Amino acid sequence: MSPRTGRTARAGQYAALMCYLVFLAFPFLWLISTAFKPARELGSLHPTWIPEDPTLDNFRQAFDEQPLLRAAANSLTAALCAALIAVVIATPMAYVMARHRGRLSTAATGWVVVSQAFPFVLVIIPLFLVLKYLHLINSLWGLILVYVVWSLPFALWMLAGYVRAVPPELEEAAAVDGAGKARILISVTAPLLAPGIVATALFAFITAWNEFFFALVLLKTPEKQTLPVVLTHFLGAEGVADLGPLAAAAFLATLPSLVLFAIIQKRITGGLTAGAVKH
Amino acid sequence: MTLATATERSGRKNPQGGRGEGRRRDGAAWFLVLPALIPILILSVGPLVYGILLAFTDAQSGRTRSTQWIGALNFQDLLHDTLFWDSFRIGLLWAVGVTVPQFVLALGLALLLNANLRMRWLARALAIIPWAMPEVVVGIMWRLVYNPDAGILNETIRDLGLGDGRDWLTGLATALPAVIVVGVWAGMPQTTVALLAGLQNTPHELHEAAALDGAGAWRRFRTVTWPAIRPVALAISALNFIWNFNSFALVYVLTSGGPGGRTRLPMLFAYEEAFRYGQFGYAAAMGCVMVAVISVLLAVYLVGRLRGGEDA
Repeated sequence: MSPRTGRTARAGQYAALMCYLVFLAFPFLWLISTAFKPARELGSLHPTWIPEDPTLDNFRQAFDEQPLLRAAANSLTAALCAALIAVVIATPMAYVMARHRGRLSTAATGWVVVSQAFPFVLVIIPLFLVLKYLHLINSLWGLILVYVVWSLPFALWMLAGYVRAVPPELEEAAAVDGAGKARILISVTAPLLAPGIVATALFAFITAWNEFFFALVLLKTPEKQTLPVVLTHFLGAEGVADLGPLAAAAFLATLPSLVLFAIIQKRITGGLTAGAVKH
Repeated sequence: MTLATATERSGRKNPQGGRGEGRRRDGAAWFLVLPALIPILILSVGPLVYGILLAFTDAQSGRTRSTQWIGALNFQDLLHDTLFWDSFRIGLLWAVGVTVPQFVLALGLALLLNANLRMRWLARALAIIPWAMPEVVVGIMWRLVYNPDAGILNETIRDLGLGDGRDWLTGLATALPAVIVVGVWAGMPQTTVALLAGLQNTPHELHEAAALDGAGAWRRFRTVTWPAIRPVALAISALNFIWNFNSFALVYVLTSGGPGGRTRLPMLFAYEEAFRYGQFGYAAAMGCVMVAVISVLLAVYLVGRLRGGEDA
């Protein structure tokens, strides 16, 4: 590449990058701006980017209008339980998928791939009937069960990638030293997998925290509903929304997943890469 | 079983273990798999089968006990249900309309992120935001952007002197394009990350060799980069198509399917049919049709692309 064409190409690349930055950032910046604007500015026909008179009133009003704390507690419970149960039951299966050749692991891997394209429509009605039969409609436990199964494919995918990254020689060496299979799994493999397990659990947590469709169908009363469902109540029946509190509540609901995602971002992309490439 | 033990044996590193050990290892594997397998069978495979069966019944909410087998009647009704086919057409338009620009934009961003640029970390951080956000919040956020009076989009249009702007989400002509833009924005990160992963596995030497041979940027992309990322690109666009076709939350929050059904995706239609009107059997039949058509379309697409790849 000659230096001259190199420089114009560089300039073009930076210009393109700037366009992406604007496109990606502006809706989010607008959400934040709206959340901090007083009612007077929100009513203005010429909205500004930066609130002239920033206020926290919208946040206060949001908590007054809807049971946000209750909803956040519900979301937290559902997401935490789902994430913990999912990794506890997925880790052994992922180990088999990564290490054990045979029909079992082939079938498991096949299911993981197919379920990525899982048709929710076809599943939600029977699931509703099954949970109704079990008296788990309008119950967080019913939702947790659904979230566990729903987060399993990706959890298995990520975890199997992490297991493959642990050299089998380590396990073999421990076996030569006379350690039993269970002992090896607990004292050799598990500690090496720990960071991957944490990353997977956090990802499962975020997915459950953000989930809307199942929560909408399965939770009926406002006391049981999770944050995303309660957020839609701000929109009102006719789509007429109180913009300030709506923006404030939406902004708050995003913070936990944004923070967690920032923490595990590298591991997620790493896990994705490992899964996609080594397969 | 013989097949399993055969692969089992050939896969084993230490030749001392006989058949007995193989079976024992299988037993241990089952033991490890069961905790995940049982919930999967009860809450995912089971409902899937149950859902297909429901499509052949007249199941309705409130009277599921007296449900009767009615054969293919639901499917016959669906065939003549113009509203369903309208929503199916909108679903396809939406899925293609989101998947294609999403892929093109994500590829561009992935190439930029892969190049050695200064603002890269910022772009990487920003590109994660749509991924981490709850879909409901994405919908709410863009409603604020599109808001006819207090939104930034119309204000920008007014500032640039391009007119008064419009009510994007409730206009018959603008609603679908407006939600498609949101869909593209929301789904870009996953696609970008997947493509970036593919790019980073492209051997660097090949690029340099091609450059030394005097190949221009486009030629290098076509002969070196694209072949390397093609499998990832194919897989991610197929998945994106399915995900988009099945999407719900975003459009539910943005337009609830309006105006006049112009953005009523099949999922929204099936949801209303099942949980507003209680027509479980009919909605299940819709689900079956959606899955069947999508599977066929994808199979044709994938086979076509794979063949095309072999010829090239």
